[in-house]
Amino acid sequence: MRWSSRLGNALSGFYLTACYVFILLPVAVLILFSFQDGRLPVPPFHGPTLKWYVTAFTNERMMAGLGNSLLVGIGSSALSVILGFLAAYGISRYEFAARRLLQGIIILPLAVSYLLVGMGLLVTLSSLGLGPSLWMVVVGHVVINMPLAFAICLAQLGEHQRKVEWAAKDLGASTFRVLTAVTMPMIAPALIAAFCLCFTLSWDEFIIAFLVTRFDVTLPIVIWTMLRGGLNPQTNAVGSFIFLCSILMLVAVEFLLFRKRRA
Amino acid sequence: MASTNEARAASQARLAGLGFTLPAVAWILLFFGAPLVIMAIYSLLPLDAEGAPGGFSLDAYRQFFGESAYVEAVWNSVVTTAVVVVVSLLLAYPFAYILAYRVPKRWQRLAIACAILPFWTSYVVRSYAWLLVLAPTGIVNWVLINLGVVARPITLAYNPSATELGFVHFFIMLNALTIYANLVQINPRYVLAAQDLGASSWKSFLAVTFPLSIPGMTVGAFLTVVLCIGDFITPQILGGNKELLLPQVIMMQIQRQLDLPMASVMSLVLTLIVAVVYLLLQRQMRMARL
Repeated sequence: MRWSSRLGNALSGFYLTACYVFILLPVAVLILFSFQDGRLPVPPFHGPTLKWYVTAFTNERMMAGLGNSLLVGIGSSALSVILGFLAAYGISRYEFAARRLLQGIIILPLAVSYLLVGMGLLVTLSSLGLGPSLWMVVVGHVVINMPLAFAICLAQLGEHQRKVEWAAKDLGASTFRVLTAVTMPMIAPALIAAFCLCFTLSWDEFIIAFLVTRFDVTLPIVIWTMLRGGLNPQTNAVGSFIFLCSILMLVAVEFLLFRKRRA
Repeated sequence: MASTNEARAASQARLAGLGFTLPAVAWILLFFGAPLVIMAIYSLLPLDAEGAPGGFSLDAYRQFFGESAYVEAVWNSVVTTAVVVVVSLLLAYPFAYILAYRVPKRWQRLAIACAILPFWTSYVVRSYAWLLVLAPTGIVNWVLINLGVVARPITLAYNPSATELGFVHFFIMLNALTIYANLVQINPRYVLAAQDLGASSWKSFLAVTFPLSIPGMTVGAFLTVVLCIGDFITPQILGGNKELLLPQVIMMQIQRQLDLPMASVMSLVLTLIVAVVYLLLQRQMRMARL
């Protein structure tokens, strides 16, 4: 091997390592000090102990926030996938005028800040004289996640599925029957993956939830409130727990969406 | 006879297609489109001195552009976003390049998955995690003190650089992903052809690989702008309270001043900036097939 290419490899390895250290450092510190046996999540490390996880899981505000987050996450993701799937089906299976326009409208929210979506809903609530509520978080999360579910479904509704649908129609199945007995089972992995992705994004979303709720807040806002008290191992514990949940969701997505396609 | 049947079938298909698509479109129009219109109307109905809504006027806009603190916040936001875009692209490009060309194929998926791992920690917690690292009692200061590099903790958190660091950390992952996705799609034969024609590896990179990877960089850059300029959490947790960014000023209008018209003006200004960036980058982004 020439010395220059060996030098190149060494430099590449060094750069790659440096990047990984930079990227993974905060998460590593977060998780490590969630096991800190002491009042502050800073070095030196003592422990490990699980007491901060116990504290977090017996914290009522935290658990209420977790409950709300699960509710919003499941509700908004289910709605996003249903609406997104139906729209993707309509766009990919039927020829009609304004198809491009409607598709453009559906994916528009992908190109704006969440702040704008939240502000819009807040101003709307105020103009209608309504108070903030958890329902508005669901509404907002469908606005930001449905375009994503739509795009995933659209990418999966290919020619292969179309032929099977035609076969079912020739055999006398109604449109509804084709949809529920043929199309949906065929792209079920994509639907579940879309659901998981929407859920991960929803249960982590801050600004919309912050703007349109007041008392029945979601988990990220409970954490936000806790941050005002400074560094606290309990926050580390909750953060590590959320991280674990998201990773599990993503492993599910990877398994359902990508393994299938590669096979 | 046949033609009327066909026409009927076609119009039925049109209706069915619309029927499937309309619920989603209606949701977006009702809960995204209409609120934007209401917001635009609000921005034209500024509050008077007593805090009550007055008549239609452009006063809120005049007040916004006349207030140096607000204009400064816009400027801070634009500068921060620009710095973050440039630094994350510069750092992410070699990273994505090494992943795409130096790491063996079968390890690449795992390598990419690890590289975007912190992406999936909670958004609020990610900034908090940087605070753990940068705080006066944090791990960096602890290491520096124990190595005897510094005698007392140095200030790392609560300033604009900390905000930028937090942003760069997030967007390096995002940009590495879009650039990597672009790089692996470039046909390796192009590079081989360039080298057959006598180009050095450096030259073939500059003349072939790099230009072909511009769409991936553009998509990454645009996503960075959208997400960075509208972010409230990162500057609020890491940035301290000296140089405020636009989203922080917006939140202040909502929470402290209770001035929704002014907050609307600011949100529209923010959206306008994103729209201008979109128009500038539009052509390159269309070419990206990620």
